[in-house]
Amino acid sequence: MKRLILTVGLMFCGAFAQASTDIQVVESEAGHTAWLVEEPSIPFVALELRFKGGASLDAPGKRGAANLMVALLEEGAGDLDARGFAAATESIAAQFSYDVSDDSVSISAKFLSETQDEAMELLRQSLIAPRFDQDAIDRVRAQVLSGITSDAKDPDTIATQSWDNLVFGDHPYGSDYSGTLDSVSALTRDDILASHQSLLADDRVYVAAAGDISAEELGALLDKLLADLPASGPEMPADFDVQTKAGVTVIPFDTPQSVAVFGHKGMKRDDPDFFAAYVLNVVLGGGGFEARLMNEVREKRGLTYGVYSYLVPKDHAELYLGRVASANDRIAETVSVIRDEWAKMASAGVTEDELNRAKTYLTGGYALRFDGNGPIARILVGMQMEGLSPDYIKTRNANIEAVTLEDIQRVAGELLQPDQLHFVVVGQPEGL
Amino acid sequence: MLRLPILTSLFAFTMSLAPSLVTAASDQVTTYELDNGMDVVVIEDHRVPAVVHMVWYRAGSADETRGTSGIAHFLEHLMFKGTETLDPGEFSKTVAANGGSDNAFTSYDYTGYFQRVASDRLPLMMQMEADRMVNLRLTEADILTEREVIIEERNQRVENDPGSLFREQRMAALYLNHPYGTPIIGWRHEMVDLGLDDALAYFERFYAPNNAILIVAGDVQPEDVLKLAKEHYGPIPANPELEARHRPEEPPQIVERRLMFSDPRVAQPYVLRSYLAPERDSGAQEKAAALTLLAEVLGGGQTSVLNRKLQFETQKSIYTSAFYSGVSLDDTTFGLIIVPAKGVSLEEGEAALDAAVAEFLEEGIDPDQLERIKFQLKAQDIYARDDANRLARRYGVALTSGLTVEDVQAWPDILQAVTAEDILAAAHEVFDRKKAVTGYLMGEDKQEVSQ
Repeated sequence: MKRLILTVGLMFCGAFAQASTDIQVVESEAGHTAWLVEEPSIPFVALELRFKGGASLDAPGKRGAANLMVALLEEGAGDLDARGFAAATESIAAQFSYDVSDDSVSISAKFLSETQDEAMELLRQSLIAPRFDQDAIDRVRAQVLSGITSDAKDPDTIATQSWDNLVFGDHPYGSDYSGTLDSVSALTRDDILASHQSLLADDRVYVAAAGDISAEELGALLDKLLADLPASGPEMPADFDVQTKAGVTVIPFDTPQSVAVFGHKGMKRDDPDFFAAYVLNVVLGGGGFEARLMNEVREKRGLTYGVYSYLVPKDHAELYLGRVASANDRIAETVSVIRDEWAKMASAGVTEDELNRAKTYLTGGYALRFDGNGPIARILVGMQMEGLSPDYIKTRNANIEAVTLEDIQRVAGELLQPDQLHFVVVGQPEGL
Repeated sequence: MLRLPILTSLFAFTMSLAPSLVTAASDQVTTYELDNGMDVVVIEDHRVPAVVHMVWYRAGSADETRGTSGIAHFLEHLMFKGTETLDPGEFSKTVAANGGSDNAFTSYDYTGYFQRVASDRLPLMMQMEADRMVNLRLTEADILTEREVIIEERNQRVENDPGSLFREQRMAALYLNHPYGTPIIGWRHEMVDLGLDDALAYFERFYAPNNAILIVAGDVQPEDVLKLAKEHYGPIPANPELEARHRPEEPPQIVERRLMFSDPRVAQPYVLRSYLAPERDSGAQEKAAALTLLAEVLGGGQTSVLNRKLQFETQKSIYTSAFYSGVSLDDTTFGLIIVPAKGVSLEEGEAALDAAVAEFLEEGIDPDQLERIKFQLKAQDIYARDDANRLARRYGVALTSGLTVEDVQAWPDILQAVTAEDILAAAHEVFDRKKAVTGYLMGEDKQEVSQ
């Protein structure tokens, strides 16, 4: 149950030109939808399910319920207890992973074509008939509590959690979805059952598959897999308007290298300017060594091993975030350089050369993302979550190409707000 | 030790080829050797018009001159600082401008450089990689700035993470004489003095075609790759002075080592024991195969022996595992770990772990479990074919660790042939406390607490 800021689903998605024509939108008899890229050359299937909502739907006072519930899905289902379920999965070499984030529950499955029926029955049982045995709850709860204890002493996690708390306060995004020692200790089996009934609902599920499976087979599989889910779940959390002020919040922690998370309000994924913002971020801090932040902070000054920025369009709030780490006696200079670069780009934008290079990088690299059944299935499900159509793929590179220098300069002025750029620094920073 | 931190995991599992389920996976691999001694491995995957181009050197941190720890990794960074014809940073800039991405990595036994690009950009990648194999140009200024970067990298990976500091101390205690006891990134006090001469000396000694392996994986034809390789790498002369790789060997290990590491940043204490263990040797991989399966039987997931005994039948731990990586030029390690449950001390945890292993040696191996593991090994090969990068990396690691393509391709069958008796015999041999380090990672110094 990790907390990754950057996921594939947040990035631009698409497939090769030729793969795009191969995306089939499968409608099952019972009315379920899935996207499919049929690729029979390797005898296995990658299947991705996403349920919108995720840990932000934790009931009041039940922080950590979704996280614990999702971790328990593989700990026994139907007639099988935890070890029985694991042995059955191992015996057909299927791989299931269950994960939760602020906005979704993610289930990834890989199974050999020859074991498709057995694999799908196991997966179905884990979705609709997880046992939530008390001994499994206690065992997994102890692991979650250990993780929470460790997170409290990990500078990276402290930085992320402190940032979220500072910005989002009481909104679900403002607290870690693992919960606290107190909240997780107090969770009952009923709380977990309630979370299960709420989160895994039919009205919010998205499915994609890639590999050795036909549209017909996938349709039949969908109806079996999803038939017994609850029809609907609770309302989504409220949207949140991010507001920050320029400044630095220091969280004292005795460690040699300070970790900083910085940022301010971002941009919605469906904003017409999102392409321009995305290209802009590649120039500022999103790409590799060529990005301005990397060049100024690392290549020119040797102040860090890595510095990045990224657009984070969550379902109910938009952030523009960055992350960097420098020794305690150097972090002040790092912060200063980042501020300068932020202000510089806000006022002067990017150069023609930078724009062209970012475009070539993005359009040329587009194809490289689709290098296997696993990645393709993840990308297809991410596209659905973002409300994109399969046709998006055909126009994506053209949309990047269409971004003009004027677009970028205008978006730079709107998106980049030096007077809102806030840093949370964990460590013993000198001079901050 | 990637030059650039990557936010997502690139290489998740490392199981091997299993032809019994796969239609002749080895047919996708073609090998050549250039006249100058450079090995060429081509892995075909024609599903998408992309390619990964890698050059691996049979040189890693364990090949460093003593006193210059970290120089292999430092040089890896400096390889991006320009050549006679490329400005600093221009290499990566060119890759990016062609829609690709590039990076590099250093380990004990190898250093590797790779680019992922559209297949039609392969010639350009070869041209640039061949160029920096011979035409590297470094200045004092490059050295000074980049040295700050690797020190920040050490801060990030090691100094800020007590678990990593603990690992360094355990490795140093386990290897009495062999350079695996020195961290890949280097000891800090030596890193701060690394200079241009050290980097160039390492470069001159090890970076040559007869010490390198070219691996190209993706949508390419082997004969086309060979033609390009001859054109770009073929003209580079071999290094006639390249020496065989003989590292200082371990003396007989005759006494158990134990260490207690306290750091206030540790929230979750654990016990970890590393045993010195044999690695996969070319033509003789059987013992390593048995150890690979031993790790799976003991610690591979929910149905493993340690999990069953220490999490299900008793509640002594919240996490246990066993781990072994057989691909290594010299003696490697077999590890056991227990994270004790709340209220269970590290001493009790260690005792429970030892008792569980002792019971296992008496009880033997559940045939159903062994069958499941073997089936999973076969299946993982099918899954692995989905990722040409991962396949390329598997060959690169093997070929820089003393193995051949034939060894890599024989490995799945060797794994399948391992018997329960083989596994138990390997267990009895490897679990020798005289050749082991047992470490306790703790949150607070016990003495301080009691005072």
